[in-house]
Amino acid sequence: MNTPIYDRLEIYLVAAALLLAIGIYGLIRRRTLIGMLISGELIFSAASLNFMAFSRFTAPDPAVGRIFVLFIMGLAAAEVAIGLSIIIAVYRNYRSVKTRELSDLNG
Amino acid sequence: MNAFPASNLIVSVAFVFALATMVLGALIAVGSRLLIRSVCGLAICSVGLAGLYYFLHSPFLALMELLIYVGAVCVTVVFAIMLAEPTEPKNEEKRGPTLFWGGTALAAAVAIFWSLWWLGKSTGWKTPASRLTDGSVKAIGVSLLTTYSMAFELISVALLVAILGALAIARTGRTKP
Repeated sequence: MNTPIYDRLEIYLVAAALLLAIGIYGLIRRRTLIGMLISGELIFSAASLNFMAFSRFTAPDPAVGRIFVLFIMGLAAAEVAIGLSIIIAVYRNYRSVKTRELSDLNG
Repeated sequence: MNAFPASNLIVSVAFVFALATMVLGALIAVGSRLLIRSVCGLAICSVGLAGLYYFLHSPFLALMELLIYVGAVCVTVVFAIMLAEPTEPKNEEKRGPTLFWGGTALAAAVAIFWSLWWLGKSTGWKTPASRLTDGSVKAIGVSLLTTYSMAFELISVALLVAILGALAIARTGRTKP
């Protein structure tokens, strides 16, 4: 195997899969809204890393994957802004961001 | 023969360092009980990810990752933590369901990781015969303003709407002093 470790697609794919797995574990395991939001950001990062790896190694036009990653970053920033303002509104009403206590619709 | 025989080794060590930084930051982000530490884990993870972007021949995206994630997203989350509550709650539930859901989460994560690993290893990825562009900042800019100009404008409108919506949501329900 002559290609160095940083020039192999599989390494990046495995790293992205690991990041996705950690993010999903945190999304299920966390008990506060902010913790779930942080885990969601990890999942976004995994998707971005996959796009970057494929645009570097297999895409005929490498600019496409990079533009898509830029769009993912912009939408993640918008999502964080909206999500955090909702979390703060929820905290003002309930005095808590624990997911277990936000159960008014739980009939 | 390369002029610097150890240069490949040094670059490999830097790559492994970036990879380890990313994984360690992600583990801190999901594992820590103090929320401020998990935000710091997210920042560390983003720094490692920026290093990986650099190894993928894209220093521009590495810079953007640092600017947007470490500079904007993490700072915003830190403000939200200061306004809301700082710690993950103590575990007041029963032991059985906690262990059950923790096991379920771990099993789901391991299953996804293993299947994606298998998929990435077993598929024969082909490198293209020729590249249309070189993926430089100039190519990205030209594509953004020609092929993807509509999506670019939509993203800017989405960001504007998100900022206005965040202000509107966070304002309502605030009592006057």
